[in-house]
Amino acid sequence: MSSLVKCPHCGLRPREEFTIRGEVATPRPSAGADEATWFDHVYLRDNPRGEHREYWHHSSGCRRWLVLTRNTLTHETSDVVDASTLKTEGAQ
Amino acid sequence: MTSFRIDGGTLIDRHDVRRFTFNGEVLSGFGGDTVASSLLANGKQLVGRSFKYHRPRGILTAGAAEPNALLTIGRDGRRDPNTRATMAELFDGLEARSQNCWPNVNFDIGAANGLLGPLLGAGFYYKTFMWPAAFWEKVYEPLIRKAAGLGRASYDPDPGYYEKCWAHCDLLVIGAGPAGLAAALTAGRAGARVIIADEGAQLGGGLIAEGSSIGSKPADAVLGDLVGELHALPNVEIKKRTTVFAAYDDQVFGAVERVQKHLPEHEINPHRAMERLWRIVARQVVLATGAEERPIVFGGNDRPGVMMAGAMRTYLNAYGVAPGKRVALFANNSQAYQTALDLEARGIEVAAIIDPRTCPNIDYDGKARLIAGAMVRDTSGRRAIKSITVRHDDGSDEVIAVDALGVSGGYSPIVHLACHRGGKPVWSDAHVGFMPPENTDGMTSCGAVAGKTGIAACFADGGTAAVKALAELGVMSEAASLPGVEQAEEKADPIQPIWRVASSKGKAFVDYQNDVAASDIMLAMREGYDHVELAKRYTTNGMATDQGKTSNVNAIGILAENKGVSPGEIGTTTFRPFYTPVSFGALVGASKGMDFQPVRKSPLHGWAARNGAKFVETGPWYRSSWFPKDGETFWRDSVDREVNTVRTKVGICDVSTLGKIEIFGADAAEYLNRVYCNAFLKLPVGKARYGIMLREDGFVYDDGTTSCLGENHYFMTTTTALAAGVLTHLEFCAQVLWPELDVRMASATDQWAQMAIAGPKSRDVLSKIIDDDISNEAFPFLAAREVSMFGGRLKGRLFRISFSGELAYEIAVPAGYGESVADAIMAVGEEFGIAPYGTEALGVMRIEKGHVTHAEINGTVTPADLGMGKMVSVNKDDFIGRVMNLREGLVDPSRPSLVGIMPKSPSDKFATGSHILNPGDDVSLANDQGYVTSMCHSPTLGHAIGLALVKNGPSRVGEEVVIWNGLAGTTVTGILCNPAFVDPENEKLHA
Ligand SMILES: [Zn+2]
Repeated sequence: MSSLVKCPHCGLRPREEFTIRGEVATPRPSAGADEATWFDHVYLRDNPRGEHREYWHHSSGCRRWLVLTRNTLTHETSDVVDASTLKTEGAQ
Repeated sequence: MTSFRIDGGTLIDRHDVRRFTFNGEVLSGFGGDTVASSLLANGKQLVGRSFKYHRPRGILTAGAAEPNALLTIGRDGRRDPNTRATMAELFDGLEARSQNCWPNVNFDIGAANGLLGPLLGAGFYYKTFMWPAAFWEKVYEPLIRKAAGLGRASYDPDPGYYEKCWAHCDLLVIGAGPAGLAAALTAGRAGARVIIADEGAQLGGGLIAEGSSIGSKPADAVLGDLVGELHALPNVEIKKRTTVFAAYDDQVFGAVERVQKHLPEHEINPHRAMERLWRIVARQVVLATGAEERPIVFGGNDRPGVMMAGAMRTYLNAYGVAPGKRVALFANNSQAYQTALDLEARGIEVAAIIDPRTCPNIDYDGKARLIAGAMVRDTSGRRAIKSITVRHDDGSDEVIAVDALGVSGGYSPIVHLACHRGGKPVWSDAHVGFMPPENTDGMTSCGAVAGKTGIAACFADGGTAAVKALAELGVMSEAASLPGVEQAEEKADPIQPIWRVASSKGKAFVDYQNDVAASDIMLAMREGYDHVELAKRYTTNGMATDQGKTSNVNAIGILAENKGVSPGEIGTTTFRPFYTPVSFGALVGASKGMDFQPVRKSPLHGWAARNGAKFVETGPWYRSSWFPKDGETFWRDSVDREVNTVRTKVGICDVSTLGKIEIFGADAAEYLNRVYCNAFLKLPVGKARYGIMLREDGFVYDDGTTSCLGENHYFMTTTTALAAGVLTHLEFCAQVLWPELDVRMASATDQWAQMAIAGPKSRDVLSKIIDDDISNEAFPFLAAREVSMFGGRLKGRLFRISFSGELAYEIAVPAGYGESVADAIMAVGEEFGIAPYGTEALGVMRIEKGHVTHAEINGTVTPADLGMGKMVSVNKDDFIGRVMNLREGLVDPSRPSLVGIMPKSPSDKFATGSHILNPGDDVSLANDQGYVTSMCHSPTLGHAIGLALVKNGPSRVGEEVVIWNGLAGTTVTGILCNPAFVDPENEKLHA
């Protein structure tokens, strides 16, 4: 687990300033999507050995939600972006 | 008592005599001594009893790896159990006690365990667990707990202060032996920000024990020069008594600095930390942790007086302590011969050097008899060693009388910190040891941990390592050199691995601290536990507080030898933090007592306190729970009066702890419409609305009111408990789900003092301080807007909302004005009989009114379960929880739903959490109909009332049920009813 996280807004900050929500699930389905799609979104999560994308909240910092890509095997954090880019830049 | 103190000793100051007690006996040592060196100087070879067999044990090492000499030091709140005597500095008045012995260390009843040895072998715990459970609980566990175990923690609070800090540097040098010092000096001269940390009281590491000279200078003078230059460099921070105990991700290292643990009580500064827990962020690291000398596994190798050969040299040269008067050495490598030379130079007789190598290629020119190709197979002596039995290469035995035996089985590089992040150490046949992993990003090993031997070689290697590390940072530097020292020529003098003396007589210990013998490891192998991780757990080898620093490699060697493979194939167990034990005090830091968590006080706290409030902790908040008046002795006297006052006159209550969130933006209305399940798009300016927030899985998350204070400006309140959670959720929705919406929010909880003014006279009271017209027509139920107060001197926010069910308002003013406004309301309200009320009365009135809180919103209820199913919008396209709220299981009409409950006989009482059963059914959860979520005594109705979640609840109003308290084993007859016990038609709200 990362000890330091490079927040795109605040720079390198200690892990203790962040709150982890969990894996980035499937994108939030449209209101018209069927129940099975919603079920996947709400409940189903992978538990990969390797690259894992997670929501981290810089709760004691800028209070932005981030998407952190880290390797569960090596603990290497390869990418941290503002979570809004998932949708605005279509970076799913 | 014979003194073993002789001349010399570079660390001690003979003018500074320090008295201390050991098991009550008054002894003395010198400034600079450790507890171990002063005990040895006083002839105390026996210092403790072993964990399992209660065998007499002495001091084995002179450093951090000590497995035997664990003492309890200090008393009362400053008592530290399991303290390694080899690391504890002696101070005047120190109190030390042996552990694990009864009645005393010299005569210990538990030593009879030694006779039970065959029953306590490998897997003993697992095998014993197989016996009848009752036997274990009643017989074995109490016995084992009494007989085994280490020191006991104190029950008294530690009066010391502890703290946590961060540090940052370009280069962290771990270990201040010759390699570490050279690295720090190299980097320091190049201008890098350097931190050099060493666990010892003095810098120097292996240099401290070096009695001879280095080049033309005495070793201690060379060390003095090096340390002097480091001290003079402003960019070098020296941390003595600091153990780097962990390597974490992203180059963050954990370290504990023992700031004042070495001081007598009267010298402790109470405003200074006893210990500091450091987190050090290092761009590059030089690992110069050295190597641990390995014991040899032979019969009787645990007898007091058996000591590491290198430790003997340290006690001799650094502390001026003779290990004995007639000493033997047992070593498979040539470094131990230096100990023999140093002993002889100080006039101590070296009776023999036993070397298992048949033709050791050494330069030894001393007087001792060299016995090549031989092994020590046994020792004798009751409380300390008297003789050794040597097995010659021709198979004959010889007994040699000695009072100390120095042992050296080779060196294990201290690779822990290089492996904490998952790296595996690499076996080296040449070094007969596990070396640091090859790829350690940002960490360069040097000196003995990298397999170098000799001061000059380690010094040169440290300089090279620093140059390499700094180059990674783009800093050019030049390796510091040690003037006048030529690196000794490497001699072909290989160490001969020796994992176990096969001819051992009696128990040959591998792990001293956990009493694991070679025979235990062989037994584990025979029983199939031959994997290194299994053997460890089956035998408990390496699982004691020393984590196997002196035993793991020997255990691996024994496994390898018996399987006929290389130790590299066996591999090591996993290295994890902590390197050495860290006190709870350091880990807790300042977070204890009142500083455990911050205290949050409402802006009206002072007002409440002046009015006699009793406070209750709600998370970090201190909320006023009731306001006793003279003559009220029981809390409910006050609460009943407060409820009656509100229901008949008027009361004032602090509601500042509710979460308050300001929401702005052109899309704020659309945003609120999506986060609440009910409609918010058309909420007009000047109006408040009750809203229910769902989770995406369709269950209720939180409730509260949101007011529209202006175009694109909303003010949301949340429950006290979920204030932080709701803001986090709202931010997630705004930033992640709908970043295209123009909406921004900020917590304003601490900015506003908010109070509820409730009761039939509330309008009369507020009219006295509010300038605007607040008549029912001008300011109807759910009105919400800014108002002018006190003749225009203050602006506040007024909301006509009610939790109590009475005509009621909430008024919010900037936090700093809170107390004066509350005082003013009390003053103008006096003629109407106003009284403050607390959260208890608030809780009673909301139950009387049938309003829910998180006792009902418990994560398993839907709006429909709470009787608010009609609020869930069917017209909105989308909102959080919309789809999942319609799942089959969540729309089942038989789900437990909100209903009121009261006892059939008004004098009966019942408890929250009681279960509801149908009359006549067996008293069993199999017949469960639901449970009571909230209950109170209703002063308005004069009997107990409650809210409950009951299957088909609303359709069963009027039904008789059984209220079962399974904990108390009681039942009461109850009647299900409308949850709104007071004013079900809401006439009071609209008055
Ligand atoms: Zn940030």
